[in-house]
Amino acid sequence: MSELVSRQQAAVAAQGDTNSPLRDHHVHPPHLAHHFESPAQQYDSAKIGMWVFLATELLMFGGLFCAYSVYRHNHPEVFEYAHHYLDKFWGAFNTVVLITSSLTMAWGVRMAQMGAKRGLIVCLVLTLLGGVGFMIVKSIEYSHKYHEHVWIGAGNKYSKAYNGPRNEEGPLSAQHSETNALTDKEREHTATLNQMAKPVATTEPVGQPWRDPNMGTPDEAKIKPMQVIPAGLSEAARQQQIKAVDEHKHSIKYEDLPQIEKDRVATFFNIYFMMTGLHGIHVLVGMGLITWVLIRATKNEFGPTYFTPVDLVGLYWHLVDLIWIFLFPLLYLIH
Amino acid sequence: MSAINPPVSLGAPVHEPQAPGDNYLTHSRGILSWLFTLDHKRIGIMYMVGVLTAFFIGGVFAMLLRTELLTPGPTFNSDKTQAWNFYNHVFTLHGAVMVFLFIIPAIPAILGNFILPMQLGAKDVAFPRLNLGSLWCWIGGAIFFGYVLLGGILNASLGWHLPGGYGLDTGWTFYTPYSSQQASDGTIAALLGVFILGFSSILTGVNFIASIHMLRPKGMTWFRMPLFLWALYATSVIQILATPVLAITGLLLLAERLLHIGIFDSKFGGDPVLFQHFFWFYSHPAVYIMILPAMGVISEVISTHSRKHVFGYNFIAYSSIAIALLSFLVWGHHMFVSGQSPISNVIFSLLTFSVAVPSAIKVFNWVSTMYKGDIRFTPAMVAAMCFLVLFTFGGLTGLFLGSIANDIHVTGTYFIVAHFHYVMVGSVLFAFLAGLYHWWPKMFGRMVNVAWGNVGMILLLIGFNVTFFPQFIMGAKGMPRRYATYPVEFTGFHQVSTYGAYLMAIGLFTIAFNLLHALLKGVKAPANPWGSNTLEWHSPSPPPHDNFPVEPVAGDPYDMKAWTWDEPTKQWVLDEERAKTVAGTEPTKHHH
Repeated sequence: MSELVSRQQAAVAAQGDTNSPLRDHHVHPPHLAHHFESPAQQYDSAKIGMWVFLATELLMFGGLFCAYSVYRHNHPEVFEYAHHYLDKFWGAFNTVVLITSSLTMAWGVRMAQMGAKRGLIVCLVLTLLGGVGFMIVKSIEYSHKYHEHVWIGAGNKYSKAYNGPRNEEGPLSAQHSETNALTDKEREHTATLNQMAKPVATTEPVGQPWRDPNMGTPDEAKIKPMQVIPAGLSEAARQQQIKAVDEHKHSIKYEDLPQIEKDRVATFFNIYFMMTGLHGIHVLVGMGLITWVLIRATKNEFGPTYFTPVDLVGLYWHLVDLIWIFLFPLLYLIH
Repeated sequence: MSAINPPVSLGAPVHEPQAPGDNYLTHSRGILSWLFTLDHKRIGIMYMVGVLTAFFIGGVFAMLLRTELLTPGPTFNSDKTQAWNFYNHVFTLHGAVMVFLFIIPAIPAILGNFILPMQLGAKDVAFPRLNLGSLWCWIGGAIFFGYVLLGGILNASLGWHLPGGYGLDTGWTFYTPYSSQQASDGTIAALLGVFILGFSSILTGVNFIASIHMLRPKGMTWFRMPLFLWALYATSVIQILATPVLAITGLLLLAERLLHIGIFDSKFGGDPVLFQHFFWFYSHPAVYIMILPAMGVISEVISTHSRKHVFGYNFIAYSSIAIALLSFLVWGHHMFVSGQSPISNVIFSLLTFSVAVPSAIKVFNWVSTMYKGDIRFTPAMVAAMCFLVLFTFGGLTGLFLGSIANDIHVTGTYFIVAHFHYVMVGSVLFAFLAGLYHWWPKMFGRMVNVAWGNVGMILLLIGFNVTFFPQFIMGAKGMPRRYATYPVEFTGFHQVSTYGAYLMAIGLFTIAFNLLHALLKGVKAPANPWGSNTLEWHSPSPPPHDNFPVEPVAGDPYDMKAWTWDEPTKQWVLDEERAKTVAGTEPTKHHH
C-alpha cells in the first residue's frame, strides 16, 4: 500500500509540470474532496474505510461459518450424507472461474495505475464475465436442487416443513414421530406421509463399526460413532477392515442415519443455501460495482493520479472470491 | 496505517466566501438542503430530531406499561386476554424502540457526528456521503418500526391486519422458537428494520474510524486526542465487529420464520440456544456501544466544568479500548440458565468480573478529576455527577449478576430490569443529556437557563431512583420481568415504581422545555462558554459551514489554563502564546 501511496504522491508531484492535465483544474485535482488536504490522504482514508468494511463482511459471514461449524460438529453423518447432493465438478469449476476473475481484477487495478485505459477495460470485462459465469453455474446447481426437492426450507423433502409433491422417494420426514406441537392438519399430513414413505430397514447387519451403539437412546446424538478396529488382527486384515469401514462411511445411506440425524438432513441444505445465497448476492453486488467502474473507465476517468474506485472494487471482489474459496471445500469436499 | 504528510501541497481548496454571521444553520435554505446535506453538523441535527422522536415514542410506551402495572389486574382493558396481550406489545416496543432507535444511535450519531470532526479540527468526516447514507438507513429502519407500530394501532382500533406488520410481542431479544413460530408477525418487519438500522450503525463506525486515523490535525497525536474521540473510536470498533453478527442473526431468523430453515427453530431441527449465542454476541457488545460514548462525554464534561486537567488521561483512554475488547468475551453471562456448560459459565463469569476493572478505573479518574477542581454546577455537570452515582449502582449490581449463583437466583426478574436501566438510563441517558447541555451552545449558539436545567435534572434523578430502586427489591423477592400481572404483595413496589416513572416524565419535559426555550429565547452563546480547550470551542457558535474560519492548532485538549476568564467582556480568552507552546511539545505531564 505504501508503494501505491508513494506512486500517487509522485504522480501528484508531477503535476507541477506544465503539461500535466491536472493543470487545467486550477487549484486542486478534480477528485479531491474539500475536506482532504491531499489526494494521498484521501486515497488512504478510502482504503482504510474499505478494509474496515471488509472486516464487517467477514463477521457477517462469520455467523454463517459458526452455524456451519456447530451443525457439522454435532451432526457429522448428516453432512457426510447430504453433501453428495452437491456436484463437485461445478463447485471446482466455479472456484477456478472466481480465482481467474480475481487475477483479471488485480490486473485491472494495475492497468488503472499505469493509465492503460484499454487494458483496464479488457480486464474489467473479463472479470465481469467471470462473475456472469459463476452465477450461471450457480443457477444450474440451484435449479437442479429445486427439481430434486432439496431446496431451501419447505421445498426440501427432508424437512418437516416440506410441502412439495410426494413421490416414492419422497417426503422422508414422514418417519418423524408425532409431537404435541403438531396441529391436526399437520398430523393428518404426517399420517399420509407415513403410509407413503419407505419403511426403515429393521434388520441391520450387526457389528458394523460405524453404527451408533446408543441408537434409540437419548444419548445417540451426543456420542459419535466409534470406528475402532478390533485389536489382534494381522496388518492385512486390519487394512481390509479399515477399507471396509471407509467404504461404508462414504456410501452412508439415509436409512443408516439415526432418527435424530434424519431430522437434521434438511439443515445441511438450509445452511448451504444461506451461505451460497448470501455469497451469490455479494457476487451480484460485485458485478454491479464492476459495471460501474467499467462505465467510468470508458470515460477515461482513471489514471496514475486517481484509481481509488478500481482499487476498492478490486478489494471487494477479492473478498467475495476468498469467501468462496472457503465455501467450496467446506460444503462440497466433505470426508 | 499512519497519517501521511504529502510532499506537495496542492494549495488550499476553494472556499465559498462566507458572509459574516453565516453559519451552518443559515448556510443554505430549504428542506432539501437538509435532507441531502453532506454537512456532518446538519446530519447530526437531523439524527437528533429523529432519535429524540423515537425517544419520545419509547417513553410513551414506558408510561403505558408502567400504568398497566399500577394494579395487579388489567388496567386498560377489562378483558384480561386483551389487556395482557396489549402489555406484551407495549413492553416489547418500549425495549426495541429505546434500544435500536434511541440509545444505540443517541451519542455516536448525534453528538459524535456533530462534534467528532470539530474536535479533529477537520471540515467533515472522512466520508460525508456514507454519513448521509447512514442517516437514511436509520430513517429506513425507523420506517419499518413505524409500520409495526401502525399495524399494532390499526389492529387494536379497527381490527385490520397489515401483512407482516401486526405489533411486536417477542421482547426486544427476539428469542426463538417463540419469534419464529407464534409471535405476532410484526416480528418480520421489525427484523428487517433492525437489519437496516445495523447498516446505519456500521456506516457511522467506518466513518469514525477512518476519520480518526486520517483526519487528525498537526500536533494531535493519538494521546493528545480528546477522550471523547477515544471513546468514539472504541465504540466504532464494536460497531464494526458486532453489528454484522446481528445482521446475519436477523437474516437467519427471518429465513427461519418465513422458510423454516431449521437453524434456530427446534421444531425443524434447529437449536434455540444457538440463537441466544448469536444474539448476545452482538447485544452484549451493543451495551458498550451505548455506554462507551457516554463515558467519553463524561470525561469531557467533568474536566471542563471542574476547570481541571483530566486525571489519568492514558488510563481513561486505554480503559475504553480494554472495555471494547472485553465486551466481546462476556456474552455468555446472559445465558447462565440456558444450559450451556458449567465450564463456560465459570469462564464467562470471570471475564465479566474483569470488565469491572477498566470501568472502575474510569470512575476513579473522574472523581479524581473533580477533586480540588473549581466545579461549576451547570446542568451538564449536574448530569455528569448523577451519572457517576447511577453508573456506580448499575456497575456494582452488574457484579452481582456476574456471579453465577446469584444470577441464577434473579434471572428473569426485576433485578435484571433495574440493573440494566441503571446502566442504560441512569448512565447513558444522563450522559447524553450532559452532552446535549455541554454542546447545546455550540450547536445552536444559545445559552441554556442553568437553574431550570438543574431543576429538570434533579427531578429526573429523583424520579429515576424512585422508579428503579424498588425494582431491585422486587426482583430479589422474585417478581419476574415481562409479566402484566403480579401477586398482590408486590402492589406497593409497583405503584411506587409507576409514580417514579411519572416523575421522570415531568423531569424530562422540564429538560425538553429548558432546551427548546434556549433554542428560541436563549442568550447568544460566545465561541467558548465553558473555557474548554478541545478544538470545537475554537470555532464560533454556531460554527460556520466549513467549521473553522481559521485552522485551529491542536494542543493539550485538557489544558484549562490555555483560556482565561476576561471579566470586562465576560468571555473566555485564548492565551495564544500558551496554546502555541503547549501545542509544540509532547503532552505535558501533570502532577497532582
